[in-house]
Amino acid sequence: MSRRAPVAALLAGAALLALGGCAQDLPASSGSAAPSSSPTLTGSITVDAAASLNRVLPALARSFEQEHPGTTVTFGFGGSSALAAAIVSGAPVDVFVAASTTTMRTVSDASLTAAEPVVVARNRLEIAVPKGNPGKVTGLRDFGDAAKTVVVCAKEVPCGVAATQVFALAGVTPRPDSYEPDVTSVLTKVAGDNADAGLVYATDVRSAGSTVEGIPFPEAGKAITDYPIAALKGSKNPALAAAWVDWVRAHESDLQAAGFLAAQ
Amino acid sequence: MRRSRRDPLARIPRAVLVPAALALLLLVGPLVALLVKAPWAQLPALLGGGTVLPALGLSLGTAAASTGCCVVLGVPLAVVLSAVDGWPSPLRRLARALVTTPLVLPPVVGGVALLLLLGRVGLLGAPMFQAFGFQLPYTTAAVVVAQTFVGLPFLVLGVEGALRGVDRRFAVAATTLGAGPWTRFVRVTLPLAAPGVAAGAVLAFARAIGEFGATVTFAGSLPRITQTLPVAAYLALNSDPDAAIAISVVLVVVALVVLVALRDRWLQGLAR
Repeated sequence: MSRRAPVAALLAGAALLALGGCAQDLPASSGSAAPSSSPTLTGSITVDAAASLNRVLPALARSFEQEHPGTTVTFGFGGSSALAAAIVSGAPVDVFVAASTTTMRTVSDASLTAAEPVVVARNRLEIAVPKGNPGKVTGLRDFGDAAKTVVVCAKEVPCGVAATQVFALAGVTPRPDSYEPDVTSVLTKVAGDNADAGLVYATDVRSAGSTVEGIPFPEAGKAITDYPIAALKGSKNPALAAAWVDWVRAHESDLQAAGFLAAQ
Repeated sequence: MRRSRRDPLARIPRAVLVPAALALLLLVGPLVALLVKAPWAQLPALLGGGTVLPALGLSLGTAAASTGCCVVLGVPLAVVLSAVDGWPSPLRRLARALVTTPLVLPPVVGGVALLLLLGRVGLLGAPMFQAFGFQLPYTTAAVVVAQTFVGLPFLVLGVEGALRGVDRRFAVAATTLGAGPWTRFVRVTLPLAAPGVAAGAVLAFARAIGEFGATVTFAGSLPRITQTLPVAAYLALNSDPDAAIAISVVLVVVALVVLVALRDRWLQGLAR
């Protein structure tokens, strides 16, 4: 959310650069060749990512920053479509992780990706109900019950597209009380017990902790959401952006530990 | 006199004109950009999709209703606040700060707070839900409540400011002529506060018609029921930015027409 972080990161990066400049003189004066496996990564990057990644990616960034001291990864989380729209309008972002291949395509079609987007994780929908399941929801059929308060994502966002698919597969005509602008606001309504059920991603149920319970359903397996990642052409630090993409790809198992499905 | 009438700006120091021009640029610039970038050719097709007109109707209806609520509830509150001028200062400041809170609260947080109060497990909402099975969220009434919540401070502060400028001797004179509290309120206080009421109502209406965060959080987003024009614009932004710009143009034009019409017909008549 905060856009102030990059400035601090930049300052920190600059300070480290200055320090690094001093440190480099030492091996030269002692005449020994420093064993460096790769060109030194430094500075900072901004990663815009789908809201559902807002727990697992910062954890990955911490290990990345430890591996490459002097680097900073800052995040902007939000609805994939809104983030993509901002990137296409020129937002200074280095790496984009979308919750939909279609959304990623709006960025790659604008020739803004530095390399072909790669899917690093997948997700499936799950029914979220408040703790204790006060509405006695058992499955997708309850979303067609006018007596129950149910919320889903709007068709304009990826989770709403997936929701439309599973309802069609299950032959259910949903009668939602609200089409929410993103998956987070669906979860907020369910977690606060202001809805009997909502359709969210399985990982959202997990990250919401004890406030919500998840009910898996078979149709979810046929409406899988892909999470493509791509470094962006406009990056001021392409080396770090590429290294971060590689890092995420090498740690896909961490994403799976957070509830995501394997990319392939 | 004559010279100033020919060029009214000549009287104003240049140091004032420069920031004034910058302010105008900041206010009008984004609107101009919106109009320049609007996909005028596709506008009819984008707006004819069946979501914009119902959303527009809902926006106008709820904004009018919430402005009415603001006037009915806000004027009395402003009268009370201006009457307690004699209270100890910390108490007065606290009262004024509480009235201003919805202005500083991010609207989404305001929506969450409304849910905590009026949602079906909220402080007031839970007993209501248990007794009648009625919940306010997801209804058009909830949109009006959210808009009233964010618009009320504008009205209260506007009216209170107007009441402060009123000469208290009018009320005293009315009392000596035998007017009771109600007559004094209706015949003296209200007419004197009318310009403040009008200005506050215009601000509250403008704030209500643009309301997004509290509405979507508290009332939700269902076409024809709770999906107002700003909510429709935000959703469109996710899939079709051109449609979002088109909706925004409609929002701006409608708001301008309403505000200009109010200014000409109603505000001026009251103010002078």
